[in-house]
Amino acid sequence: MNNKLLKAIQTIEKRFGVEEHIFRDEYSLIVSPGDVVEICRLLRDGFGFDMLSSLTAVDYWPEGDPRFHVIYQLYSIENNINLRLRAPVSDDNPAIPTIEGIYPNANWHEREIWDMFGIKAEGHSDLRRILTPYDWEGHPLRKDYPLGYEEVQFTFNADEIDAKKPYVKE
Amino acid sequence: MVQLQEVTLDELKHLVSDRAIQGETMLLNMGPQHPSTHGVLRLMLELEGETIINCVPDIGFLHTGVEKNMEAKRYEQAEVMTDRLDYLNTVGNNLAYCLAIEKLVGLDVPPRAQVIRVILAELQRIGSHLIWLGTQSLDLAAMSMFLYCFRERELILDILELVSGQRMMTTYIRPGGVWRDIPEEFYDAVQQFMAMFPTRIKQYHGLLTKNPLFIDRTKGIGVISAEDAVAWGLTGPSLRGSGVALDNRKTQPYTGYEEYDFEIPTRTAGDVYARYECRMDEFWQSLRIIEQGLKKLRELDGAPVRSSNRKFVPPPRSELGASMEALIHHFKLWTEGFDAPAEYVYMPVSSPRGELGVYLEGNGSNKPHRVHWRTPSFVHLQALPVLSKGLLVADLVAIIGSIDIVLGDSDR
Repeated sequence: MNNKLLKAIQTIEKRFGVEEHIFRDEYSLIVSPGDVVEICRLLRDGFGFDMLSSLTAVDYWPEGDPRFHVIYQLYSIENNINLRLRAPVSDDNPAIPTIEGIYPNANWHEREIWDMFGIKAEGHSDLRRILTPYDWEGHPLRKDYPLGYEEVQFTFNADEIDAKKPYVKE
Repeated sequence: MVQLQEVTLDELKHLVSDRAIQGETMLLNMGPQHPSTHGVLRLMLELEGETIINCVPDIGFLHTGVEKNMEAKRYEQAEVMTDRLDYLNTVGNNLAYCLAIEKLVGLDVPPRAQVIRVILAELQRIGSHLIWLGTQSLDLAAMSMFLYCFRERELILDILELVSGQRMMTTYIRPGGVWRDIPEEFYDAVQQFMAMFPTRIKQYHGLLTKNPLFIDRTKGIGVISAEDAVAWGLTGPSLRGSGVALDNRKTQPYTGYEEYDFEIPTRTAGDVYARYECRMDEFWQSLRIIEQGLKKLRELDGAPVRSSNRKFVPPPRSELGASMEALIHHFKLWTEGFDAPAEYVYMPVSSPRGELGVYLEGNGSNKPHRVHWRTPSFVHLQALPVLSKGLLVADLVAIIGSIDIVLGDSDR
């Protein structure tokens, strides 16, 4: 294991008391959502994690408690090390503090997890939907959101299916 | 009936300046049906005369819910959807996804398959850069470049068709190896391409590199410093044009890239022209890698191209008639698939555009719990306002070309 990474993890563990998860040499720290901003700032300024590779979320509905995990994938160009933060977020009005002030490219990623999971980024400068239309209802990547499908129309049942469709007919 | 709401200026007020609300500057909608936005990208521009005060990108017109769909399919079924994300880098997408699966379940890939993967990924890189070069120069009014580039790309698509049967949506790379061994004609086809392409690169240089019209439109346009580029998460040639030599093929080598001898071209100017030069140099580096790959491939003639781990990789067709066990494995894998542990991995690879990362999480079943695509186009597009501020609308067209976006990649 890289010394720099070890040092970063030890510092965070000492200051914030986090849990560690290792799989295939990938290090994840399970942190409290309230600490994310401070940890990110510490990692960027103190340990050279200058790039936010990816920011996403996972839904563990129905068994998961807390329901969501928000995942921050950080990368340090100088030391060539990866570190992942996971912040568990509960189902009740899910929210995380924004890290836009530390990594500007978190802006769209946080809009995406608002759009897809309904997890609000508090203090975000422009929290609108990004991938779905602005009048969309629901958050598609939640596990309780049905996948949906379109019935295939053949000549014998075209009218029957047409009647069920939501668009206007003259 | 579905009620359609209209977006009013009130909702976008925080994005534009006060002057726009008073009507002093003009709000102009560019796209989604604009040829130079390279797909269905909509930009809301705030203009003063022809100068861009602000640019607000609007994406999602090509959102197909691939991440959601993949959760409902088995690991090997979901692979066909990866081609359709970044349709100019289909082999690279398959590669990223298969590498993520292999990392998650701990599957080894035989060396011959790795070499085939590298050669195809680099051919695809050249193909993708050809599209970029063609469309970028078309946007800057060099019509003939577009035709030349597509002519050469056709040869790459022919090679892909030769190995996989498909020109674009190949799905040739599979978890644990590749679909089948390459045909004997592959060597000749690639060698012919390798013999022809260097002269073509020189022709492109002759047409563009010292062309005063091209230089006027690209030098000093869309400048981004190395610090800003890193902060905005730019990767690939867009970052290397600002002087940061970051490439996942070097930093976190995958599928055997550490055995190849190649360089990461960089420039320091950080403008459109620098990004152009980086990509043009990458043509040469990709050719170098393919040449080394062909040599390795010849040495490995006859070696297996799929892992022999029958719990994840179906046995070859020839075994089915002779071995009961092979038949059982075949049946199990094509009806149930394989299970992956309830763990998570992140697999970054270097796509022609930048870092393509797959976050893959299993839940112990044969379907992924979550697949997230960290796509370079998505990240690059949000830096567009930074790149274009204070420039002319015509420059914006050059910048969109230079960050090389694919909307299928960004909208997923």
